Amino acid sequence: MNPVVDYHALAPEIVLTTTIVVVLIADLLFPERARWQTSRIASIGVLGALIPVLTLASGVFTDNHFVPRSMFGGAYVVDEYALVLKGFFLIATYIVLLLSIDEIKEGDYYQGEFWYLLLSSVLGMLIMCSARDLISIFVALELISIPTFVLAGWKKHNSKSNEAAIKYYLIGVISSAVMLYGMSLIYGLSGTTMLRGIFAYLEHAPDLGLILVACFLTLVGFAFKISAVPFHFWAPDTYEGAPTPVTAFLSVASKAGGFVALLTIVFVGLYPQPDGWQPVLWFLAAASMTVGNLTALRQTNIVRMLAYSSIAQGGFILAPLAVAGSGSNNGRDSFQAVVIYILIYGAMNLGAFAVVIAVARRTRSGAISSYSGLGVTSPALAVIMTMFLFSLAGVPPLAGWFAKFVMFRSLLDAGGAWAVTLAIIAAVNSVIAFFYYGAVARRMWFDAPAEGATAPRIPAALNLSIGLCVVAVVVVGIYPQVFAHLGDVAARSITG
Amino acid sequence: MNWFDDWALPLGVFLPAVGMVLLFFIPKANETAHKVTALLTTVATFAVGVVILCRFNYTSGRLQFTVNEQWIPVIHSRFHVAVDGISLPLLVLSMFVCILAVIYSWDHFPEPHNPRAFLALILLLEVGMNGTFAAQDLILFFVFFEVVLLPMFFMIGVWGGPNRQYASIKFFLFTLFGSALMLVAFLALYFLSKHPTFDMVRLAQMHGAGIAYGTQLLVFGGLFLGFAIKVPIWPFHTWLPDAHTEAPTVGSVLLAAIMLKLGTYGFVRIAIPFLPRAAQTWAPWIGLLAVIGIIYGSLCCLAQRDMKRLIAFSSVAHMGFVMLGIATLTNFGINAAIFGMVAHGLITGMLFFVAGSIQERYNTREMSRLGGLLTQAPKLGWILGFCAMASLGLPGLAGFWGEFPAILSAYAPAGNISEVTFRVYMVVAAVGTVLAAGYLLWMFQKVAFGTPKDEFKDAHIHDVHGPEWIAWTPLLLLIVIFGIYPNFLFKITDPAVTRETREVAVVLHIANQPKTEAATR
Repeated sequence: MNPVVDYHALAPEIVLTTTIVVVLIADLLFPERARWQTSRIASIGVLGALIPVLTLASGVFTDNHFVPRSMFGGAYVVDEYALVLKGFFLIATYIVLLLSIDEIKEGDYYQGEFWYLLLSSVLGMLIMCSARDLISIFVALELISIPTFVLAGWKKHNSKSNEAAIKYYLIGVISSAVMLYGMSLIYGLSGTTMLRGIFAYLEHAPDLGLILVACFLTLVGFAFKISAVPFHFWAPDTYEGAPTPVTAFLSVASKAGGFVALLTIVFVGLYPQPDGWQPVLWFLAAASMTVGNLTALRQTNIVRMLAYSSIAQGGFILAPLAVAGSGSNNGRDSFQAVVIYILIYGAMNLGAFAVVIAVARRTRSGAISSYSGLGVTSPALAVIMTMFLFSLAGVPPLAGWFAKFVMFRSLLDAGGAWAVTLAIIAAVNSVIAFFYYGAVARRMWFDAPAEGATAPRIPAALNLSIGLCVVAVVVVGIYPQVFAHLGDVAARSITG
Repeated sequence: MNWFDDWALPLGVFLPAVGMVLLFFIPKANETAHKVTALLTTVATFAVGVVILCRFNYTSGRLQFTVNEQWIPVIHSRFHVAVDGISLPLLVLSMFVCILAVIYSWDHFPEPHNPRAFLALILLLEVGMNGTFAAQDLILFFVFFEVVLLPMFFMIGVWGGPNRQYASIKFFLFTLFGSALMLVAFLALYFLSKHPTFDMVRLAQMHGAGIAYGTQLLVFGGLFLGFAIKVPIWPFHTWLPDAHTEAPTVGSVLLAAIMLKLGTYGFVRIAIPFLPRAAQTWAPWIGLLAVIGIIYGSLCCLAQRDMKRLIAFSSVAHMGFVMLGIATLTNFGINAAIFGMVAHGLITGMLFFVAGSIQERYNTREMSRLGGLLTQAPKLGWILGFCAMASLGLPGLAGFWGEFPAILSAYAPAGNISEVTFRVYMVVAAVGTVLAAGYLLWMFQKVAFGTPKDEFKDAHIHDVHGPEWIAWTPLLLLIVIFGIYPNFLFKITDPAVTRETREVAVVLHIANQPKTEAATR
């Protein structure tokens, strides 16, 4: 029997795959001088893949009875949740492309392969959004990871970059193995790889023992991917060593990929047995935000600081998941909170990295001290960076406040001693986080610039990417309904 | 003019934001255009306030100029703004002081100059302050309450004195910590109430129905910390002297005149009507902290050598009177508290203006180095004297009507709050007024009397100049007008306060009923 293939539903993946092939061939055919054209093809491909996402999503907004398109026996589903996140991944990728274009063109890099690898990883993310069984989730996760191993080592002649790639590769492989073992246990117990089947099995599971082990191992595997403490130590080195646009991609898109996988597994598969995943996630969340924040305080390099900050932010994203089992409406508030946080985090973190890239064009340095007096030399850039930093710190009226708000809301909605304790830990951490975000802002505004410092010249593509992020951070901060609605739609499709 | 009622508050809140955006489109070199734009924006905003004043119904005591639109339906939060007699005086005060701040800065922007950024921050600050006084939705309130943080942080940190970095961070962290707890309390109110809502009007009507008494106490504690840090009540005041001392003059003025009132306003608008029973239990403790603040603030004033720091500590003392009035939960006390807020805004704002101008002329605020202001710049000296008199509560000037009724109201607090305790507070607060007279006269004597010290003997000291006259005259006039005819203000506040306290009294009466029955049995 041939499987039914819904070409409309698969169109984003098909467009992207076609683009990947075209980029690869173009790289072979184009002469050296014209290679930069491949970036153009990649951008067009990403925007092209966005079109079917929008046409599919038009059904969501026109009538409320959006019928999810399900394929391969329910292993691959295109519902509102998948569409929202596919849209997010494609737009985030477009911004990363804008960040990379001049960086890759001016550096001594291999152009065609860069775009090819980047887009392959994005393809994995698109598949991840729709994957609803263990095998496709695993395949998607590997498709996301493997190209990024290579990307992390892109600066071939730089020993830091090499170290970054090796570290990232080894830890990625180990985590995959651990996760796979956990998944195999789940399969052995329930007899199915379909998340729906696992859900049904867990509802009437006779004995918990092995289930707990299976859940634990699977979650630990994901914890590596999302660089949750104590499985985070690869992240700062990798982030610092990799080219900055790749770091932006890793810290936003690839990390979000891990969170999407977690969301799907927890809500579609493991939800009936909260004891299996709540304690682990609780610990990961609390440890990530605390350790991430405290370590970020000591950093002198902005990329490393952002790396630790993104570990801490990962803790904030995990927090609602850790109490999802006790929330009202099947944990809908928690699901919403995670999706909204991912969307907002994407905008503000990409923006911050964009500014880092822009500043590094002049200073050629990632030292936080090189931000001294940026408010005098290039006020516009400093204003924008301040907005991103304070958004990350969660200060209204910038988008970050709403992300934090929905997180606190889901924690207090779940109630109970554990959730409230986590809320208090999160509140204390939000205050700590201000120290290091504020420290950069202080450098920019309160300190005098270094001798002979000038404003960096920023290429158009970089300007565009910064502009997109600023608009998102401001608009969502003032009118959060934009993203809140997306989160709500996504949550409804999974939690019913 | 019906359209006006629908647009008045959104205009009053967001006009400054429009002005701020305009500033960024004017080339940096054109400083006059920046100043004019900022001035016109604040004047236009104030004009909206004046029209609101004209069209306000002074007898109803209800919320007016209501705008209630959809904002974030996913979390059931709405864009709900309205004003009543409690918020109107503060809203108009905020609009008014912002104009004066722009005028005063006209040609003395502190180092590192940059008028565009400075004016933009004033305007952003105004958005936050006006919005807080207008908001009738907890989330909206929270957002506006936080919006004021960033501009003040940068105002202190960039344009402040030598120790500005420490002061700005301290200010930011204290308030951030308070607001985190406040937000948790807001969420608890939402989830625990009988009908989950963020709407402040409905929450005030429910009086905490459905929330267990013990939980009410905790939630009130969260609200208390959030607002108490902002006020600031002793012992949460330590950020204030640093912030005031380091802030540029205009920053100090805005901080003293309006930002401190966000905290006391929060008590009157949110903490007390939402959870009256918890407020009754907490009242003696709030009263205690208030009187400690009065005495402690006054004593600290006597130990200061820096003029601005002295005025900052006097703020701690004055806000103690306001909090004492609020803690009585009576009509009289809360009316006095609102009067106290406005009076303190006018008088202390003025004192900071004068202190700033003295520093500009002498390059020091060290009181031991100053002296003989009356001989060198008699007008400035007499204005300082006038403000000191107003601040110590001289009858006939505005300060009197903030302090005196607040002390009186402590004679008979509402509900079953212990009368004995509050009468003790009353006596202590009365002693505080004597101390206030002491330190203010001492400061005035040090700065203005005698002959100039040797180092400034031959210095040419300008007397009050143009922009200063324009910025100060309205404040001075208002201090006299409110002093002679306080009813201007009480007339506005009383109906709304009466409404609120009557409801609170009913709730307390019902809540206290079983206890009295048990006692008689």
